[in-house]
Amino acid sequence: MITIQGKGASTGVAVGPLYFYQRAKSEISRYQATDRDAEWARFEKAQATAIEQLGALAEKARKEAGDEAAALFEVHQMMAEDLDYVEAIEDKIKNEGLNAEAVVSDIAAQFAEMFASMDDAYMQARSADVKDVSGRILDILTGVAQGGIDSPVPVVLAADDLAPSETVQLDKAKILGFVTSGGSGSSHTAILARTMGIPAIIGVGDQLKAEYAGREVIVDGGTGTAVIEADEATRLRLMQKRDEQLKHQEMLNMLKGKENVTKDNQRIRIYCNIGSVEDVHTVLANDGGGIGLFRSEFLYLNCDDYPSEDYQFEAYKKVLSDMDGREVVIRTLDIGADKQIDYFNLPHEENPAMGNRALRICLNRPEIFKTQLRALYRASAYGKLAIMFPMVTSVWEVKEAKKMCELVKKELDAEGIPYAADVEVGIMIETPAAALISDRLAKEVDFFSCGTNDLTQYTLACDRQNNDLGRFFNPHHPAVLRLLKMAADNAHKNGIWIGICGELGADLELTETFLSIGIDELSVSPRAVLPLRQKVRETMVAAVREKLIGDILSDQTSI
Amino acid sequence: MKSFEYTITDPVGIHARPAGLLVKEIKGHPGVTVTVAKGDKSVNALKLMALMGMGIKQGDTVTVSVEGEGEDAVCAAIEGFFKANF
Repeated sequence: MITIQGKGASTGVAVGPLYFYQRAKSEISRYQATDRDAEWARFEKAQATAIEQLGALAEKARKEAGDEAAALFEVHQMMAEDLDYVEAIEDKIKNEGLNAEAVVSDIAAQFAEMFASMDDAYMQARSADVKDVSGRILDILTGVAQGGIDSPVPVVLAADDLAPSETVQLDKAKILGFVTSGGSGSSHTAILARTMGIPAIIGVGDQLKAEYAGREVIVDGGTGTAVIEADEATRLRLMQKRDEQLKHQEMLNMLKGKENVTKDNQRIRIYCNIGSVEDVHTVLANDGGGIGLFRSEFLYLNCDDYPSEDYQFEAYKKVLSDMDGREVVIRTLDIGADKQIDYFNLPHEENPAMGNRALRICLNRPEIFKTQLRALYRASAYGKLAIMFPMVTSVWEVKEAKKMCELVKKELDAEGIPYAADVEVGIMIETPAAALISDRLAKEVDFFSCGTNDLTQYTLACDRQNNDLGRFFNPHHPAVLRLLKMAADNAHKNGIWIGICGELGADLELTETFLSIGIDELSVSPRAVLPLRQKVRETMVAAVREKLIGDILSDQTSI
Repeated sequence: MKSFEYTITDPVGIHARPAGLLVKEIKGHPGVTVTVAKGDKSVNALKLMALMGMGIKQGDTVTVSVEGEGEDAVCAAIEGFFKANF
């Protein structure tokens, strides 16, 4: 028995043969072919296989993500049969007598170069498509397994780390779990594993040896342990754990479609936090009731320049239409502090957490703000949109932001562009100032959503990115809970709703507290939805309300 | 031969996805040749990469010619396609 210890990046237990991810050989052999016609026939056969594979990928993408996603593979298919491309390859094989691999690699470079030299960023990026298609044909010619897994049975996949393009291509049905020597908790492998709900262990370093290939491994993503050829006792223990987890997952799946209601009939909405358009699938898969926080920053982080109104509009529209009438709260640009973007040219700050960030940037740079608001209102015609402003400290900021909304609506009216009349406008409560004047702020907006990470950081004057401050950074601190209760009371006095969209929302130790102070909505990561629903359904609020509110307000310390 | 002129309105110009759809559309009318010309350059619209390689951008005006069997009807269909996709 060999035990490998790494870091658990996705929970669960799985057992199967260990399989090393196979990468295409980067060396392309180059030689004179003895039979030129046979070489051409080899190419034609590889090309046909590539076209067939791409067709299958297109169908798979269509089922999983719709026509738009399928189109990419269809374009690749057409590139593989492009007349000029194929003619150039035929010419070179038949006239120069080179082997098919060398020719495909040369011609691919030539076409990629053509796109790369165009004076248009979009077209330059297409050179990657040419390389991708040619790489597929080369893989087939050299006999490298498609998608990296050439095994008849599902496997535990081992790799150093996987690139995003590699994770996309993987045949997910063949993967039971992951073990990687490198990687971080936010690496693509870790994210993929969590999305698929299978175990992953990362950062095992050189403990992972090629000679283990094909041997049976049990991975426990909860503890970060992988056991190769486990002895009977270990095997029994881990298998038991696996069965319990499967049962637990099954039970959670039974909760799909059920209401978030306590035993004494108090209801709470459970929504999801997302950071990209693709995340919507995970929201729906986990039965999220809506989106309580859509971080719009990714649109800006993914671009080399300010994203245009149309570009943003398409992204918002996609999320709203995919959510099919369920509520989607989109937070306006929240950069600065730990999220910096080069083209904003923000001067260096000594204390960025308290600096020019979020709504402050938007109010200082109204042209950026207006572009985003126009895109948001235009998209509102396609679903149930709510707009949320981050990092508010004063009433005037909210008034100024709302004025911009009115201006945008007036412009759209004048241009005859439709938008929804019932777009709710709300703010994040993430500064102590906002919580303390929440009675005044509540008169200006339709809802509050509490960002508990920043609220804790600002209330406790404690940098949340400083690891040395771990025990001082306490989101359960009574000061934080008192501010939440104050904001909740003021929201309800003024007839508006209040949610929590920070990580605290998924903290099951506080679910009863949140229900007690009357939080109306919790927005959590998609995989936290069902466990939270289970907790809500087990709770009897009337039995704990008085005590929990007492704990928050009491002048006696319990700890 | 039938032809029409069209000014590109799509912000990304003639890009991969709709260009691919165009190839599909043309393949649906066997027996015709569709040529896209801009300035002194012209390509057979079935040649996806060459068509993209022309770097046709928003605001550019192209001349599209259709030649072959049933060219009147096909030309109208292709013109409709350009209006809907580019």
